[in-house]
Amino acid sequence: MSRAAAKAAPPEAAHRRELLRQMLLIRTFEDKCVELYSAGEIRGFVHLYIGEEAVAVGVNEALTADDNVVSTYREHGHALARGIPADAVMGEMLGKTTGCSRGRGGSMHLFDVSRRFYGGNAIVGGGLPLSIGVALADKLRGDQRVTACFFGDGAVAEGEFHECMNLAALWDLPVLFCCENNLYAMGTALERAQAQTDLALRAESYGMAAWPVDGMDVAAVERAARSAVEAIRAGGGPHFLELRTYRFRAHSMYDPELYRDKAEVEEWKKRDPIDLLSAGMRDSGELTDDDFQAMNDDLTREIDTAIAAARKAPAEPVENLTRFVYSPESS
Amino acid sequence: MTSAEMVKTTYREAMRAAIREAMQRDDRVFLMGEDVGRYGGCFAVSMGLLEEFGPERIRDTPLSESAFVGAGIGAAMAGMRPIVEIMTVNFSLLALDQIMNNAATLLHMSGGQCNVPLVIRMTTGAGRQVAAQHSHSLEGWYTHIPGIRVLAPATLADARGMLWTALQNPDPVLIFEHGSLYNMQGTLPAGAGAVDIRSAAVRREGTDVSLITYGGTLGTTLAAADALAGDGIDAEVIDLRSLRPLDDQTIVGSVAKTHRAVIVDEGWRTGSLAAEVSARIMEQAFWDLDGPVERVCGAEVPMPYPRHLEQAALPQADVIAAAARQAVG
Repeated sequence: MSRAAAKAAPPEAAHRRELLRQMLLIRTFEDKCVELYSAGEIRGFVHLYIGEEAVAVGVNEALTADDNVVSTYREHGHALARGIPADAVMGEMLGKTTGCSRGRGGSMHLFDVSRRFYGGNAIVGGGLPLSIGVALADKLRGDQRVTACFFGDGAVAEGEFHECMNLAALWDLPVLFCCENNLYAMGTALERAQAQTDLALRAESYGMAAWPVDGMDVAAVERAARSAVEAIRAGGGPHFLELRTYRFRAHSMYDPELYRDKAEVEEWKKRDPIDLLSAGMRDSGELTDDDFQAMNDDLTREIDTAIAAARKAPAEPVENLTRFVYSPESS
Repeated sequence: MTSAEMVKTTYREAMRAAIREAMQRDDRVFLMGEDVGRYGGCFAVSMGLLEEFGPERIRDTPLSESAFVGAGIGAAMAGMRPIVEIMTVNFSLLALDQIMNNAATLLHMSGGQCNVPLVIRMTTGAGRQVAAQHSHSLEGWYTHIPGIRVLAPATLADARGMLWTALQNPDPVLIFEHGSLYNMQGTLPAGAGAVDIRSAAVRREGTDVSLITYGGTLGTTLAAADALAGDGIDAEVIDLRSLRPLDDQTIVGSVAKTHRAVIVDEGWRTGSLAAEVSARIMEQAFWDLDGPVERVCGAEVPMPYPRHLEQAALPQADVIAAAARQAVG
């Protein structure tokens, strides 16, 4: 199918194509990050989302541009799905002033307040209280926004998680809790860290609707998120999705992965969210190999352009070191 | 009633008046914390405000310090002007992650996008025989953190006036209210309102020695100055008021005049705010000094319960006066 034909495709097919494009964008972006990290151009901690793309893309489809997102340190996917331009995210990866946080944050602290994207947070569970506050602000003002808060299975062991589930339910706040259960808190498997591994059940105990979702199936994620967001907007209070997913790469850039079997990783890769969607699209004739290749090529060019721009972008002058510690009007 | 007319009040009532005024002036302001509503506040600061403003804006929270302090940060980031009350400084440790890792860092790590115009109020200090886990003065710890401001109102005027100015500040402000001050009585002009939150204040002028303190030990230090006057020593008393940033100019200006300094700080001596003030005097006024800087600090012990031991652990007027005599030589 040519690109001209794609425009004329039925809305469902066009929508699937867009979901595929977004997941591929995240995958392509991160594949390039691996190269840049190996070359020493990206430093620090970099937590790849590869394998989990369906979660960010599916959830974001259920949100409007006016909704809020609070994220984690594994947030390249959330940021890109939210529509933060790849240039701005790549600029941040390289620590340049063109980065979405002016280079101050790096991989773990992507922010874009214009898109109501309230950041990557590198303290596990640390974003949960922020999401409560952002949602409380909307509730107090009578604004109809939903706040989507992403966190991993590791956060469920934190005290803050339980404080926040309680507060959200008690105050009936419009929060969509998106628990990305990738089965490992760094190297600690879920069953080695949690006495009750049914995470939706634990959220449910706080009196909110909660259910597990196949986090490798972008359509399933989108359906679940739409249904939850609709219920939240209708005044149904907080909802919790346990998005069952898997990261294909190490916790951070490299680790020896002594904590899991290679066979387990390979088994999950058979359910790669990009392959799952694209295979279905091929079966129904919506996507040819050439289409897929063309999409990949376009995205590779887009990311290469972003990298070139980030490389050329100015670094923050050292004289500005202590800028943004306090607001100008505060000092 | 004219604004110049003096009215009797207490520190507690002055704080309450400040909260009420802020709630009336700005719809974005709300108060949130443990027992701030129906109970009226652990120290009765917010008594009556629930009836006046309702449960949405005088918001009782569960015992979830990290969640409600973090919620205050999130709400501030999203455009509100929350006042979060933490019952006592000891409990603030349960929210330290949110204060340190979010409130103090969001503006910087977002490259200037995420202001956190949040005010956190909490009770600090010892003197009420509430033992080791309810008697800390940890405000000095908080002054270590770039990105926040730390205030210590020691007078009725500051209890009345610091809150509004803090709420106008685009960055997080921590206000430490010493527990021994709530019942302090006095008078304020009927029209008392906002005060600056940048400068230290000279509470008593003198020429022989600078006694530098803040918060709950201001009264003790002024008593020491009175005792010293009886000995013919004319002490100047500086109330720091803002603990971060420190008003170096007022501190150094006083030392340049008196050539001697005693720092009084209820916090533990090691790594204390007193150590920071001392270092700044050394850096900026060394050649003005006629002798070493003295410090009178809290004893380095988890606070014991019995009154005589607690008093022995806290800066007392006679010890401050002795340190001043030592400094004067």
